Amino acid sequence: MALCSDLEASIRKHAKERSYPDGRTYSSLSMSRGAEIAKAQATTIRAVELAALAQDILPERYARNQRSLTCAQQIGLLRSRVAIVGQGGLGGTVTEILARLGVGELVLVDGDVFEESNLNRQLLATTQTMHKSKSAAARRRVTAINPAVTAIAHREFLTADNAESLLTGAQVVVDCLDNLPARFTAARAARKLKIPMISAAVAGMAGHVTVFFPQDGGLEGIYGDPEQLPAKGAETALGTLPFAVSAIACIECAEVTKILLKQPHTLRNRMLVMDLADNTLDVLELA
Amino acid sequence: MTATIRIKLFATLKAHEPENAAAYPIAPATTVSELVERLAVPGDMVKLIFVNSRRAALDTPLKDGDKVGIFPPVGGG
Repeated sequence: MALCSDLEASIRKHAKERSYPDGRTYSSLSMSRGAEIAKAQATTIRAVELAALAQDILPERYARNQRSLTCAQQIGLLRSRVAIVGQGGLGGTVTEILARLGVGELVLVDGDVFEESNLNRQLLATTQTMHKSKSAAARRRVTAINPAVTAIAHREFLTADNAESLLTGAQVVVDCLDNLPARFTAARAARKLKIPMISAAVAGMAGHVTVFFPQDGGLEGIYGDPEQLPAKGAETALGTLPFAVSAIACIECAEVTKILLKQPHTLRNRMLVMDLADNTLDVLELA
Repeated sequence: MTATIRIKLFATLKAHEPENAAAYPIAPATTVSELVERLAVPGDMVKLIFVNSRRAALDTPLKDGDKVGIFPPVGGG
């Protein structure tokens, strides 16, 4: 208890009053002060941020999440674990956004290494990361963006054998895969573990996003019988353009946020379809 | 007055979208399946069908003013 109150007192001591762009003031804790307090109190940066938020002291890095998010909601995100399966075009952007948003634990699954054809759309594919592990690059990126977030990287492909152990403990699974059979593998494991899954796919300038809860109809509702499916879809002919991939990845992040915070209007039993070729965006009823 | 529908074909199917997709004439009681055949869309490329933003099927009949959307399988990321 003494330690806990030391932590809280130390946070209060180092908090500074700042103003939002609209003039309203708030109590802020800077990144450097937060790190110093974590070190002095022999705790994690996340524990410091959680203790600050519990006293309505805002870690400055989340200042522009307010007031769309409250301190209680920021705490909810920091206490959440999300599994991001696939660390390519969709996964790299989803990881980037969720780390910035402040989701506390990110499980990063990909057995692949970067290759040149990834450079058009995968945020972590650079001339420096060619032939290097995607999941390891994602872990480094998360730590560089937000040291309050724990990144758990698995350099392996999701399979029927490892899916449950990789996804256990996550509150949400984000399907960022690039082939149809692996999406079904992720969906089966998520359903068995009773974890909601967000699934998205892109081809050319078009893409779609949907949300499944364990009791819902799964990916079969979109793709039909998995036995009758090719491994890849229209993207083999059209490629995957970077702005379409990033836009769809950001829609996945909005769904992650709404599910974690138990907010309404998710894409459950619905599908958002987007085609940037003619600027159409529609939400379709699946059920 | 001929019944017309709006057609929106996604991704690789776009090549099959007719020029008059915004007001495409149909015979009474045309089904999605008949439309797909008329547009020469390969049957195995039809994965998701929407009529007026709701999930539909190949045997769904179409009527004047309907908005039809068709997706092929898409899996990229």
